[in-house]
Parts: sequence; C-alpha cells; structure tokens
Amino acid sequence: MISPSSILICLVMIVLSPLLPGIINKTKAFFGGRQGPPVLQLYLDIAKLLRKTSVYSQTTTVVTRIAPFVILFSTLAAALLVPVAFRGAGVSFTGDIILLAYLLGIGRFFMVLAALDTGSAFEGMGAAREVLYSALAEPALFCGLLVLISETSQTSLSAIYEKLTAECWWQNPMTFLLIAVSWMIVLLVENARIPIDDPNTHLELTMIHEVMILDYSSKDLALIEFAGAVKLAVFSSLLVGLVFSGNELSLPLQLLAFAAAMALVAIVVGVVESTIARFRLLHVPKFIVGSGALAIIALILKLSGN
Amino acid sequence: MNGIATLLAISCLLLLGSSRLLVSIRMVAFQGVLLGLLPLFVAGSGHIGAAALILTITNIGLKSILLPWLLTRALFESGARREIEPFIGFGASIMAGVVLLAISGYIVNRLQSTAEISSSITLIAGFFMVFSGLFLLITRRKALTQTLGFLVLENGVFTTGLSLGSEFSVYVELGILLDVFVGIFLMGIMLFHIDREFDHLDVDRFNELSDLTVDVASNEEASE
Repeated sequence: MISPSSILICLVMIVLSPLLPGIINKTKAFFGGRQGPPVLQLYLDIAKLLRKTSVYSQTTTVVTRIAPFVILFSTLAAALLVPVAFRGAGVSFTGDIILLAYLLGIGRFFMVLAALDTGSAFEGMGAAREVLYSALAEPALFCGLLVLISETSQTSLSAIYEKLTAECWWQNPMTFLLIAVSWMIVLLVENARIPIDDPNTHLELTMIHEVMILDYSSKDLALIEFAGAVKLAVFSSLLVGLVFSGNELSLPLQLLAFAAAMALVAIVVGVVESTIARFRLLHVPKFIVGSGALAIIALILKLSGN
Repeated sequence: MNGIATLLAISCLLLLGSSRLLVSIRMVAFQGVLLGLLPLFVAGSGHIGAAALILTITNIGLKSILLPWLLTRALFESGARREIEPFIGFGASIMAGVVLLAISGYIVNRLQSTAEISSSITLIAGFFMVFSGLFLLITRRKALTQTLGFLVLENGVFTTGLSLGSEFSVYVELGILLDVFVGIFLMGIMLFHIDREFDHLDVDRFNELSDLTVDVASNEEASE
C-alpha cells in the first residue's frame, strides 16, 4: 500500500534528519557546559565535503566506489518503510518488517565489504566488531517486533503501529517498557552511539563505526554521513511510534508532535552519552545480549498471557 | 506482581553477567527486597494478614540486610573484588540464562494443564531463579559466588512456592528461612576459614590440594 502523503512526510524527515546528530551534540555540549557546535553542523560538514575531490587508495576496487551509494540508498529505502508522524509508512505491505531489517543489513554489509576492501588492519577489526554487535542486536529488534505482532495480530509495520495505542501500554506496561528499553539499546548499537562506540573517538584501536569509513573522503564521506543521520532517524521513528501514539490528532498537530518526539529521542541519546562512560569493548557484547534478553522476557510475558 | 516477577528475572540475568562480587551481592539483596514484597501481593489487596506481614519483614531483614552484610564482610576480609573468568564466560552465561528462561517458560506452559497456578509469570520467574542459581553454583569458581548461587536457588524455591499455592503456610516458610539463614551463616564462616587458610576463595584450586609445596607453587603459576 502506497500512501503519497506519508512519502512526502518521509522525504521531509530524510531531509531534516541531519538535525538529530546536531541536537545530540547540543545536549552533550549543554552537559559539558560548552556552547557546542551549531545544530546545523552536519549540513555544513556535508556541504564542505561535497565541494572537495575524492581520493582513493590504489589497493581499493570497485566495491569501495559503489559502497557509499548502496549504503545511502538502502537506508533511504528503509526510511520509506517506517511509519512516520503517526500516519503509517510511505510504502507498506505484509512482512515489510523483514525487508526493513535487511535493507539496513545490506547497507551494513557493504560498509563492511568496503572496510575490508581497503586492506587496512584497523578497518578489518572495526568491521569484525560491527558485524558481531549488529548480529547480537538483531534478536532484540525481532523479539520486540514479535511481541508487537502478537499484541496487534498485524504483520505490516504501519498496521501494527496504527493499533498501538495508549491502551496497550496500560494493559501491559511491563512488556512495552521492556521493548522500549531494548529498542533504545538497539538504537544506540546500530548508530554507534556512546556506551557502545564513541563517534568522537580518535583512537583507531577502539573505534567501530568511524574506523570503517577512515578511507573515505569528500563526496563519498558526505553520502555516508548523511546515510548515518537517516539511519538514526529510522530507528528513532520506530521508537517514537512504539512509545507515543497520536492517531487521532489532526495533521499539523501530528507533524508537530512527531518532530518533538524525534527531538526528545535525540535529547535522550545525548543525555545517555553525557552520563554514561563508554563500555570496555569486552563488556559490550554482554550489554547487547542483555538488551536481547529484555526483549525475550517481554516475549515470554506476552506469551504467558497475563 | 508481573512487575516484580520481571524484575526478579532481570536481576538474575544481571547476576549471571556481573563480574564484580560486590555488585552481585547487592543484586541478591535487591532480590531479597522483591521477595519480601511478593507475599503482600499474593495475599491480595484488601486483606493483608499478619502472616504475610511477618513473612515480608523477616524476608527483607534476613535476605536483604543480614546475609548481604555477612557476605560483604567476608568479601572485604578476603580482599577479593572480582570473580575470575568462570568456566562459562559472562556473555555466554547471559545467553545460557536466556535459554534457561525459555526452558522455564516451556515447563510452566506444560504444567498449566495439570496444576493450579495463581500467576504463571511468577512461576516462570521462580523456575528461572532455581535454574540460574544452579547454574551459578556449577560454573563459578569463587566460594562466595557459589554461596550467592545457593541463595538465588533458595529465592527461586520461595517464589515457586508462593506462585503454586493460593495460600501459604507461614510456619513452613519461616522454618525454611531459618534453615537458609543457618546455612548461609555456616557458609560465611567457612569462607572466613578458607580465606585464612589458603589466602583465596578459589574453589577450583582445591582439586589440586596436596602436601607437596612444589606442586602447589607450580600450579599457582599455571593458574595465574
């Protein structure tokens, strides 16, 4: 089912998505007592990168050239599949959940391939970590979705989110709280945010996401940065749809509420980043498996029926 | 009720994954508080009897104040802070915990047709605590963590008992609590003695006790 108005909203969300990292950085700056970079910083960065010429290592192959486009377009396609502004997704059909997860998977796969393609030892390490962490985070996402499917008996993301109302929260507060927490952790993992990975780190040994894009410059880097922001928006809107419901509101109110909720998610991420130190690498898998365990507890709570 | 059961299960998972002994002890103390609250909910709102109150007070006093205090003292005496890498690593322990949780869910599902269960989620949590207590007993090396495993196991038995019967006997529960108290007390004394005798709480190394000092020295080198 294709809904033109939702596609339009989705495009607006994609264009505005670089604001989210800006809000996160502002929050962190507030906690640090600094003024911080402007909220529009990522737009400025992308504009600057787009004006430069690309440099490619001689050892790289065509994979490195096409990877940024695959990453960007798979993420954009994923953005079309998530419900936005409490109005359903731009494109929805039975089982679009699985397509959503694996579109993001394709983007990750190409990022890993490109990292391996450069032949740098550090990038290989980053790729290994990225694959491990996202493999551990996937059960959490899917167990949460399973609970929602059995709660609403719908199989399309838009239909599920349409049926999720405040009433569901009142009936099973514990279940939904567990899913929300585990999805928040999935959001942090998938977008390489602090307790998992530090986006500002400068030590290749401990980087995860940043190390994989070390060899990219200029336009390619701009595409990847933009794709990262869109990915953050995709996960945030999943979380927003789970936590808030605004099906009955009028369109302008829905848009306003959605924007506010997305900003709230970004602020929460910023608060988490400012208050929690980054975990040691060895502890990260434990943490992610724990988030999966929360989702599984939610599933058991749901299945045992009270 | 559901909330308490969920918190119990989560605290068990944290216990399986935490490498710091002090955090583990605090987690068990937290479980004690939750367990203490449980009888109040089982009794049902409106008629909270004296029995439930007594059980609550003794439970919280014993399991979340007295025993943790005892174990914390043993911990500080021994100077050990962390569990060394157990036979099954912490990450794998959490995964095993998830599997155990699924198994307990399955068991309770099978039980539901035969037994009268007041709250199946509490029963799942109870079974899960029994399993994870056993798991801690088997896989950890330090005597202190094994004691904690025993406590979790007992907590699980208590929870299971509460969720199976619609009414509970205070005297039986109090008797069991006394048993547990004496048991943990003895274990605490044992911990002191083990620590004084061998300078560590690592039970695994008791397999290689011998009078030959040379042997012990080389073994220690190997295990370090």
